[in-house]
Parts: sequence; C-alpha cells; structure tokens
Amino acid sequence: MSDSRDGRAKVEISFTVNGELRTLHAYPMERLLDVLRQQLKLTGAKEGCGEGECGSCSVLVDGVLVNSCLVPVLQVHGSSVVTIEGLAAGGTLHVVQEAFLECGGAQCGICTPGMILAACHLLNTNPKPTSEEVREGLSGNLCRCTGYSQIVEAVMEAARRRTAA
Amino acid sequence: MTSGNHIVGNSVPRKEGRDKVTGRSQYVDDMVLPNMLFGATVRSQIPRGRIRKITFGPKVAWDEFVIVSAKDIPGKNCIALIGDDQPCLANEFVNHPEEPILLLAHPDRHVLPTAVESITIEYDPLPAIFTIEESERCSEIVWGEDNIFKTYLIEKGEVDGVWAKADSIVEGEYTTGAQEQLYIENNGMIAAFDAAGGITVWGSLQCPYYIHKALMALCDLPAEKVRVVQMETGGAFGGKEEYPSMIAAHAALLAMKSGRPVKIIYDRMEDMAATTKRHPSRTRIRTAVSKDGKILGGEIDFTIDGGAYATLSSVVLSRGAIHAGGPYDWPSVRIRAKAVATNAPPHGAFRGFGAPQSLFAMERHMDRVAQAVGLSPVEIRRRNFLQPGQTTTTEQVVREPIDLGKLLDRALEASEYHSKKQRFANENQSGTFRKGMGIAAFLHGAGFTGSGERYLSSVVGVEGCADGSVRVLVSSTEFGQGTKTVLSQIAAEALGLSYESVSMAQPDTLEVPNSGPTVASRTVMVVGKLVQSAAWGIRQTLISSNLLRDAYTVDEFRAACQRYVAAHGEFRSWSRYEAPSDIFWDDQKYRGEAYAAFAWAVYVAEVTVDLTTYSVAVEDFVALQEVGKVLHPLFARGQIIGGVAQAIGFSLYEKVVWQNGRMQNSQMTNYIMPTSSDLPPIRVLFEELGNVYGAYGAKGIGELPMDGPAPAILNAVEDALGVRFDSIPLLPEEIMNRLNLDGLNLDGLAASSGYSDSGAESIGGVR
Repeated sequence: MSDSRDGRAKVEISFTVNGELRTLHAYPMERLLDVLRQQLKLTGAKEGCGEGECGSCSVLVDGVLVNSCLVPVLQVHGSSVVTIEGLAAGGTLHVVQEAFLECGGAQCGICTPGMILAACHLLNTNPKPTSEEVREGLSGNLCRCTGYSQIVEAVMEAARRRTAA
Repeated sequence: MTSGNHIVGNSVPRKEGRDKVTGRSQYVDDMVLPNMLFGATVRSQIPRGRIRKITFGPKVAWDEFVIVSAKDIPGKNCIALIGDDQPCLANEFVNHPEEPILLLAHPDRHVLPTAVESITIEYDPLPAIFTIEESERCSEIVWGEDNIFKTYLIEKGEVDGVWAKADSIVEGEYTTGAQEQLYIENNGMIAAFDAAGGITVWGSLQCPYYIHKALMALCDLPAEKVRVVQMETGGAFGGKEEYPSMIAAHAALLAMKSGRPVKIIYDRMEDMAATTKRHPSRTRIRTAVSKDGKILGGEIDFTIDGGAYATLSSVVLSRGAIHAGGPYDWPSVRIRAKAVATNAPPHGAFRGFGAPQSLFAMERHMDRVAQAVGLSPVEIRRRNFLQPGQTTTTEQVVREPIDLGKLLDRALEASEYHSKKQRFANENQSGTFRKGMGIAAFLHGAGFTGSGERYLSSVVGVEGCADGSVRVLVSSTEFGQGTKTVLSQIAAEALGLSYESVSMAQPDTLEVPNSGPTVASRTVMVVGKLVQSAAWGIRQTLISSNLLRDAYTVDEFRAACQRYVAAHGEFRSWSRYEAPSDIFWDDQKYRGEAYAAFAWAVYVAEVTVDLTTYSVAVEDFVALQEVGKVLHPLFARGQIIGGVAQAIGFSLYEKVVWQNGRMQNSQMTNYIMPTSSDLPPIRVLFEELGNVYGAYGAKGIGELPMDGPAPAILNAVEDALGVRFDSIPLLPEEIMNRLNLDGLNLDGLAASSGYSDSGAESIGGVR
C-alpha cells in the first residue's frame, strides 16, 4: 500500500461513477477500491483478500468486471464505473437484486455486491446461460455461506425474468 | 388470536436483505468516526520464548504514533473467557507465533505496515512443540503441569468384558486437520472511550456479551461503562465467537490511551495467520463386533490440539466426545477425551465444534467394521442404529420416534445409491476415472451441552412500541444464518401479527439483554422459544389491562399497544430460560441428557477420482436430515447447502500448512476453498418430527451439515479406489503418494475387487 504514495503527488482524475461524472485528487497508484470506499463513500465494494482472489470488491469498468483492489485508480480515468450502489434505479431493485433476495442468494451479504455485479456482467454477455455456465461465470467470486446453489438459482431466475420482460 | 396463514414455515423475505443486495448494509470497515485513528498489532515472530528487547527502528516518526504495551492495561491482562489464561498482550513470554505484543495507532492507516515492520523484537527462544504426539510425550511442558487443558471420561456398561466375546475386534486411527473459517469479511473493531461514558466497541462479532465480559476485566470498568454493538457481520462460522474479544480489547486499549476512536481491521493474511481455526484431531477407535455385525462395545480415544492457550478447547472437546459414538447403540463404551497444548495460535470455535472431527472418525470406522464382518456399509449401520428407548453413550434415552432406518432408505433412494454403486463397480474396471458412493449417518445436539443452558440462563425481551409495532430484544446476532428473520417470524406468529410489524433491535449491550452467545445451533431452538414466551407476555399484559380481547385483529393489537405505551410508557416483556424438569445432566460423571434435542441425518456422496490428476470431484450430494420443524424452508436449505460446501472444503481442499506453529499459506490464493465450479448441486431433503423443547418444534440446524460430508466423501473415495484414506484434508498429492506407495497402477486398481487392506495404517487395520 505504501508504494502507491511514496514520493508521488496526487493527480486529478475524472471518471463517471454510477452515471455521475466525478473529479478527484488521488495518488495514481491508489487502488480504485480505496478511492471508491474512502473518497467517494461508496462502501458497497468490500475488501475480502486484497489480491484479486475473492471478488468481493468487484465493480464494472466500462462494462467489464474487475477486482477493484487490483486496479490503480489512474487506469479508470475517463472510464465509466458502476458499483452496487448504482444498480437499483431509484427505489426499484435491479432484476438480479430482486432474484438474489427471493432465491436466498444473499446470506451474510459481504460477497453479495460483488457477486451481483458479476451476475449482471455474466447475463450481459450471456443472457440465457445454463447453470453450468453460471457456475463457471461466477467462479471468480467466493461465497462462504451459501455453497453457491441459491446464488446460481437466483441468476437463472434473473435470466428468465429478463428474457420474459 | 387471529387465525389465517402461518408465518413460521414460510420463506418470508430476509429482514436485512434489501440492504444487503443494494450494498447499504454497514459492516465495521464501512463505519468512520470523526478524528479516528487506525490500529495495528505487533506480533510474535517465534513460537515460544522470552522477550529480551524491543527496538523501535530509526526511520519512523514514532512521536506520531500511539503505542500500547501490556503495561498500559488498566485491569487484568487476560481475555476473560473460561480459564482466563490467554494474555491480551504478551508481557514477558510468548507462547505461539502471532501472539500480540504491542499495539500501534496512527491517523494514516497506510503508514502502519511499515511501522510494524520497523519494530525489532529480540527473544531468548524456548523449545516449542507442534503436534499432539509431541505434546503427549511431555518432553517440553508448555502449559500447566502436563500440557493437558482438559480431559473427559464417558463410560457406559462394562467395556472390559466385551473383548473376549467379540467375533471381530476392529481398530482404526483417524485424523483431521485445522480448518480456517474463512468468512469473507475479515475481523474488525472500532473502539471509542470517554471517561464519563466508558468504552464502546462496534464490530464484526457473534457474541456481544463475551466481549462485554472481557472488556470489563481488561479495562477494570463496571458493566454499565462497557458497551458492545454488533455491526452487520460478513460471515462468522464460529470464527467470530471468541477472537473478537481480543481485537476489541486491543482497540479499547488504544482508544483509552489516545483518547480518540480507533479502528482495527485485519487484512486477510493477519486474519488467517493469527485468529482461530478448527482444532486438529486424532481419534482412535477399537470396537468389539459380533459376527452378525452388532457392535458389542468399544473404546474411543479422542484428542484435539488446542494450541497455546485453553480458550474454548474444553467445550469443543466436550461436544466432540459426546458425539464420538455417532447415532449408534453402544451396549458398552469408554470414551476418553483430551485437549492438549501446542505452540500454535489457539484453535477455536468452528461450525460443528468438535463433532465434525469425532464423527469423521466414527463414520470412517463403520465402513471398516463393515468390511471386517463382511457386511455392506448400509447394513452395518442399519443393524446398529439407535432406536427410540435406547440410550446414547451418555445414557441419554432417545425419547423421540426417530427411525434412522427409514432416513437411510430415503437417502439411498434419492441418491440412487444401489444402482449407481453396482454400475460404478462395473465401470471402474477400465479408464482413468473411478467412481464411488459413500454414506454417513450422524447426529448433532442442539444448544449448549449438559448444564450449559442452565448456566447461561438467557434472557430475551419483546417490546411493544409506541406506534403499535413489536421489537425483539436479543443479543443473538445475524451473520447470514437468518437470526433476524426467523426470530421475527416467531414473534409475529406468537402474537398473530404480520411479519412486517416485527422489527429487531440492533445487538447493543446497552439496549438488549443477554440472550446468550450465537453459537451451538441454539438460536432458533432455545432463544426462539424465549422470544415466543416473551411475546406472549406482551399479549397477556394487553389482555389483562382490558385493552385487548382474547381474539383480536392486527389493527386491534396495534391500537391496544399504542394505548398501553401512551398510558404507561416503556412496554417490555422479558423471558428467562428455565431448564425443562425432565432434563438431567451429571457434570461429574458426564452422564445424562447432553442435549435437549438431537438433529439426525444421513448423507450420501458420489465421487469421481481422476487417476491422471488424482483429484476427487464430488459429483452428487444428497443431504437428508430430521431437524424438527423447518421454520424457514429457503434459509434452512441454504444453511444445509452452505455447511455441506464448507465440509467438502474440509474434506478435499482446505489444508493449513504449518511450519513451527505458523500458518504458511495464509492467503486465499494458497489456502483453497471451493468455488462455484468446484461444487455439485447439493440436494437437501428434510424429515420433520418436531421437538417439544424448540420454538414451534424447531431444532438446531446450523452446525449439523458440517458433520457428515467428510466421512461420506472419504467412504466414497474408498469405494472408488479400493484404498483406505483416514486423514483429511485428502489432497491429490496424498492420493498420488499413497497409490504409488502401494504399487497400485491402473491395472492393479482395475483388477482389485472390493476393498484393499493395504496395511499401511499406523495401527491395527482389520483384525
């Protein structure tokens, strides 16, 4: 962590977060995760491992799922970032959030923001996945509570609702 | 009472679910207090020794730091729990790697790692021990007079007479490794102090009143000057039962010294290396068996490695010992249980709490007994199952009408056990994949063991609020299992109200009574029952105040409650645990009603062993259990699947690599838990007999699914390969080494029919 700050000055960085253009000052190698959580107070992204293994810090950058603990904030300059806070439109839950609630996809909730964004990314690239494809597609996001079955069921249910809508 | 749809038994929405799926839930690291410092821990680099000198390196501006040592502790330097033997900060001696020695705090969390690394501690090292066997040899005494934290002896009948009558004597030794709880949210605490109000901590935790007790002793403060608040907690599994008291203590000391709020958040490496894990175990079983497969009696030696301090080892040992006989009728048995000290960080609570270890041994042993007498794994279990009216190893009479044979039949049918076993026996003749089927039958006691619930004497409150709604006051915590949802269901059902009209108070010791720790599969069964009776107290008061008739609508209840609060102010009803009069436990002889209820289960695993990679894949898993009444079907199923998944990790993936008492693989990249693509669909089936002691017939459920998968999977591996493995975790390299050691190649495996008794075990084998 300290090497992101040694002898470097903060720079001005602009990017869109959940549809809103934000300009801030940060060390170029600061982790996107820290900037989101500490400067922008978007604490939905969580740090589980700090090395890109657990996926609980997942966010979407220009539609691509990334581990925000591995992304230097400079890298998102000019990009569009979507976090869990940007998913529900007003008071209405996103179809994936709704399905997670109904199918038991969230237990302790700590992996949930990352898992839901991973599910959104999966459904954007593969709108009608098989349950095996869901298991493969979510395998970069660890959950210790559910054993994954009810998460897979939630994603399959969300896929049904999206294609039915 | 209103009639109509029941709330218990239905899968109502998770109380805090909306906040969780929108990212709004506040976990401890999401909370920021003004003027807050960040704390870090300086830990022992050696397993055992005397601290000689501490040097603060020259390149750090130490005057910017708050530094705390054992000398700054206002009260007793221990983490008060059971035996009070674990220091909060090592003063002169260290007894395990990662033992806390100093605490640092600074306004910038980024400078802390460098500061910690800049402190050099010199030691006079002392010899250390790292295994159960080294501890037993007593070549080095590292705890007490004999390295033994606790022993238990359970005796039933006359064991010594059975050996002569036996047709077979079957012996085996079984071992299990440490396992990391691996909640995805690392441990963390925030503490704030002011002289008038005392100390307040907010954190990720299971047991607010454990921390309350620990801080009173440590800070030398009266009860009213210690406040503990649970934040949303991102998984726990036992891993946040006792260690959070340590972190709260550290944050509190830094807050008291600095006068500012202090946040301590562990990163993953620190959390894995320094905090508790499942106790490693060794179980030796010797059984006397008749030729028709009936167990006549036996001896079980169950030993666990407790690490450097006693912490919870005595109670983990107790549960492991009581479950060691499995769901079987033992006419006679002698169970010797022992928890020993080593110089590893203390092992602690983890889902199952000793039972997964001893039941792994028992259920592997049953397959060995089956081979010895020439019966199938199914038949040996059927002939020995406990029946109603018979007694467990502690001579607890089985009073409920449990039919384990029926459970077994249903699980076999659901898993297509017989047809698959036959098909696999044929298919295993060739190719590079070997398939097998394995079963495990087991039980899990709900609630504290023996007199435990009586000592806890839990209290629950239900409040009628000014707006006419109802609030449940408990220190029982939510960390994913559904505590908030299910206790709300129970209160709503008891009062005939809607689920939405019940809310849960945040667990905050200033606000809620001590309903006991959230452990031991006790919350729904024990605390739920108290919620039910406290809720009835609210209704009774309204009726006896003539504000409500015996039969009422939801609106009438709300109006009556509003009127009561307007007239009398705070409106709360309390309920305290009272032990049922027909429950008897003898702490001296370790005999009697160990648990108010047992859940019962039969699990079936189907595995494929890949002879190219030596990896084992669980292809199908059937989990059938009797858990009393299921109050929330969706969550109950979620609990079982999650537990089975953790147990698959325990069996096949999760290996803690130790070197001199220190975990070498304290990262998620090298300590491997199952991902979604590693696990099969886990099929969950329930039988529901009910339970007179639990809320609406519920029994405990949370720990049960941790007990059965490991033996079922290893039994299936033996079925697939014809080679016996009695240690977990079973990693591919173990299988490779063993098959090579035994000189078994593909042809050899294909040619072997039935079981190989390779004789490679350290003791016994089949006699």
